[in-house]
Amino acid sequence: MTQTTYRDALRLALSDAMEADESVILMGEEVGLYGGAYGVTKGLLERFGANRVIDTPISEPGLVGAAIGAAMTGLRPVAEIMYVDFAGMVMDQLGNQAAKSRYMFGGQIGVPMVLRTQGGTGRSAAAQHSQSLEAWMMHTPGLRLAMPGTVSDAYHLLRDAMRQPDPVVFIEHKGLYTMKGEISTTPDAPWGQPAIRRRGGNLTIATYSRMLQETLTAAEALAPSIETEIIDLRCLNPLDDGPLMDSVRRTGRCMIVTEAVTTGSVASEIAARVTEQCFDWLEEPPLRLGGEDIPIPVSPTLERAAIPDAVLIEQVARWLVTREAPSWAA
Amino acid sequence: MTSATPPVTLANDARLARYRTMKRIRSFEERVGEMFLKGESAGSMLHLSIGEEAVVGLTDHMTEGDTFTTHHRGHGIFLARGADPMRMLAEIGGREAGYCRGKGGSMHIADRGLGHLGANAIVGGGIPHVVGAGITARNTGTRSVSVAFFGDGGMGQGILYEAMNMAALWKLPVVFCCINNQYGMGTRVDRSAGRQDFPSRAEAFGLQAARADGADVEAVHTAAAAIVEGARDGRPGFLEIDAYRFHGHARMDKSPYRTPEEEEEGRRRDPLATARAVLADDTLLNTIDAEAEAEMDKAMIAAIAAPAPAADTMFQDVYDPSTPAPRAQRARLTEVLGERA
Repeated sequence: MTQTTYRDALRLALSDAMEADESVILMGEEVGLYGGAYGVTKGLLERFGANRVIDTPISEPGLVGAAIGAAMTGLRPVAEIMYVDFAGMVMDQLGNQAAKSRYMFGGQIGVPMVLRTQGGTGRSAAAQHSQSLEAWMMHTPGLRLAMPGTVSDAYHLLRDAMRQPDPVVFIEHKGLYTMKGEISTTPDAPWGQPAIRRRGGNLTIATYSRMLQETLTAAEALAPSIETEIIDLRCLNPLDDGPLMDSVRRTGRCMIVTEAVTTGSVASEIAARVTEQCFDWLEEPPLRLGGEDIPIPVSPTLERAAIPDAVLIEQVARWLVTREAPSWAA
Repeated sequence: MTSATPPVTLANDARLARYRTMKRIRSFEERVGEMFLKGESAGSMLHLSIGEEAVVGLTDHMTEGDTFTTHHRGHGIFLARGADPMRMLAEIGGREAGYCRGKGGSMHIADRGLGHLGANAIVGGGIPHVVGAGITARNTGTRSVSVAFFGDGGMGQGILYEAMNMAALWKLPVVFCCINNQYGMGTRVDRSAGRQDFPSRAEAFGLQAARADGADVEAVHTAAAAIVEGARDGRPGFLEIDAYRFHGHARMDKSPYRTPEEEEEGRRRDPLATARAVLADDTLLNTIDAEAEAEMDKAMIAAIAAPAPAADTMFQDVYDPSTPAPRAQRARLTEVLGERA
């Protein structure tokens, strides 16, 4: 199998979908001539023309609103918001319009669009270009939410997202664009379901996006004395938590690892669900390991310290399973 | 006895047909008010378009395949585009028989078949959707036009200017129609706009723009002809209809912020009265009036008699039916606590 990057896998998903379906269009700031802020859409303007790859003004609410109208009338737009932080600009169109149209209109009018964006830390992009705002999307019924953490998922989840009858927020991670991997011939799990990335009996870790990679690294270091089962949630809204609960009922321990600010987060929601559904099977409380409750600082030193990494995941996992406290807990 | 010109009828006189549509709108809105007083409406967030019926002068240029979005004061526009008043009133009453099965109500009424992409309760919220409908028309090669209807309050929202710029930039078949009823809730337009020449704002973006007298449906019709047909040819446009909101913002609002003298003056700008004076055939007009009143009475009675939706329908249509419906809280609680019993 040939290796490709997360970025190229995303571009291939877009171009394959555009080849297969004339109604698929791209629109966003710098998606055409510039080729996308992170190069994902490079070459697509030349290939598909300006009616299908639409460079927009810097008007995030307007371009998302236009995508909604195009979706309502028969196209399949993929709108790009360059950074998920700009959700602050578009939450009316996303949360009040796209998410609620089908429901408010009694099922008559769906909004089959994808909002592509990227988030996360790693580039010293500071507080307005580094956030993980998936909880805003998960808190909104009517939106679907997918966050790929592997190269194969970058391709397959995006292809699946473009086939959905409802709006999908698709959040890539800026720290993964150059990651290499293989695109498997079939998806690792069906759309909407988590993928089990590693089997183990001592501890379940639920995670997604770039933290999947950090968690996999930590799991290698923990083995063989501690075997972790890693659940990649992939599709966060609606969330299929069945495989996670099955896993926690086997291992009796659960950690949720995310990059987002911990308070009010996806991790908090999952911890609550595990508590409700696995209470009698738990040896320890479900544990959230997330970003600190702070805006993301610019200094690389501070930025790295603001979110978990493989070393911290390993330390906390060991503490949870063996009661062996890390040095900083003294 | 023979006459040189055939008698004026609904079939051969478009002006009479426009009067009839305006009268149906007014009668409809009066029934909305009545349903509220009877306690049969879903809530009091009911925004009547009485005084704004001359919008018919624009909607008369729209045809099958055209689409539109409206603001929260959009009953009349939807009716003019062919809505069934019973299903509208049923929706306003939160009934299963309503256009949106009792999920949307007055402020979120829609019908894909009639091109209504949705009324909106966020000021300006539906405006950019017509830009997307314009992209669809362009890419699929139809001559459909898409019209965003909003009020003078919408002129304060930034998204309007984003949408006008995109429509002009991409030469889309789109019309922006501002029904200026002089008030955004309790704020008169001279307290919200630094300069009230709204068409000039649209012209600044490269749109063809006009203002028409909202007391005269024929003036609106004439002005809208060039705007709508120009849009079909890829020259997006803007039309301001200068009107007066006869009643309060919503049903609970008695308009304490304006004087009785102002209201009396404003209500003299009545598009129905203007049309009647021009058309002059009282017998025919009285027949039209009586038929409209009877139609709306019948619609209201049927809407009130229609049943409420079953409670479990609340979980439907959050997503397409291919996605499992959200789980009811009682089912979740039963699973958590039932197993522990």
